[in-house]
Amino acid sequence: MSAPEELPEDRWVDEHAGPVVRPYAMTRGRTRPVTGRFDLVSLVTATHLLPTRDLGLGPEHLAIVRLCHRPLSVAELAAYLDLPLGTIRVMLGDLLERGLVLVREPAAAGALPHISIIEAAIDGLRAL
Amino acid sequence: MDYGHSDPRKSGQKVPTAIKILIAGGLGAGKTTMVGAVSETGPLRTEEVLTEQGIGIDDLSGVEAKTTPTVAMDFGRISINDDVVLYLFGTPGQDRFWFVWDELALGALGAVVLADTRRLADCFPSVDYFERRGTPFIVAVNVFEGAVQYDLAELQLALNLNPDVPVLLCDARRRQSGKDVLIALLRHAMSNPAGAIAGDARP
Repeated sequence: MSAPEELPEDRWVDEHAGPVVRPYAMTRGRTRPVTGRFDLVSLVTATHLLPTRDLGLGPEHLAIVRLCHRPLSVAELAAYLDLPLGTIRVMLGDLLERGLVLVREPAAAGALPHISIIEAAIDGLRAL
Repeated sequence: MDYGHSDPRKSGQKVPTAIKILIAGGLGAGKTTMVGAVSETGPLRTEEVLTEQGIGIDDLSGVEAKTTPTVAMDFGRISINDDVVLYLFGTPGQDRFWFVWDELALGALGAVVLADTRRLADCFPSVDYFERRGTPFIVAVNVFEGAVQYDLAELQLALNLNPDVPVLLCDARRRQSGKDVLIALLRHAMSNPAGAIAGDARP
């Protein structure tokens, strides 16, 4: 599997010139999300709310929502949409604020996941 | 467990627990190779804009020009089951980008330090970093063709490692080998968790 099948069709990209809209324009110059922490491995899932353009969202916001029909990490979103992490975080803040995505942050730093989770990971790796 | 600010139940979908694992080591030690060999996604790449965090102030609006320095990170995903997903992150170059390491190491369960016996010293900075930070790590010696083979005990000595730190041989190109390395790391992290000693360089 290289990427989810549903890569956004309306991505404004010219392969030779790079993105037509520069990342800071997508975020209207903002470098910090309005809300949220968004670790690299925070898992983002779309809610059942349907986003519409009149919410002040751009095509990249909508692309995130479409990709997140299954849980995807912040890092994966940045990779699949070919956008810097900082840009993705700003847009995720917008989406979170509007209730369009749910975010599960990873275990707090220093806190070990439950031992049963690690055991499941070991068993799962063996079985793969 | 910190569930953040969202209730996963509302999505009507089970959200797994993400476990972050770092793959470190010197240039050419096989980090990206290992990430690609063992991940279901093949190596993905994402970029962090350096100035964002290097400066940390909100007055950068509009100054991100074409020359904005970025650092690329290679990573991959292994979906274990509905409950657990592993993310492997290759660490960027050792001599610069320490702040990216801090972000990567934050909340990481542990790290694999890949070593190349032809250039053993190249992995020292990684070992130092994880020792200092208190991140559980193991050393996986990537066996390159043509390299002199060493005894694992010799290598442990040469790396001046705490005897508790597992050292094993691997072939970063092989999926099974990568899985074995990850299992060894998970076992090690279970018995030596990143606890109170873990430094938190970037809260």
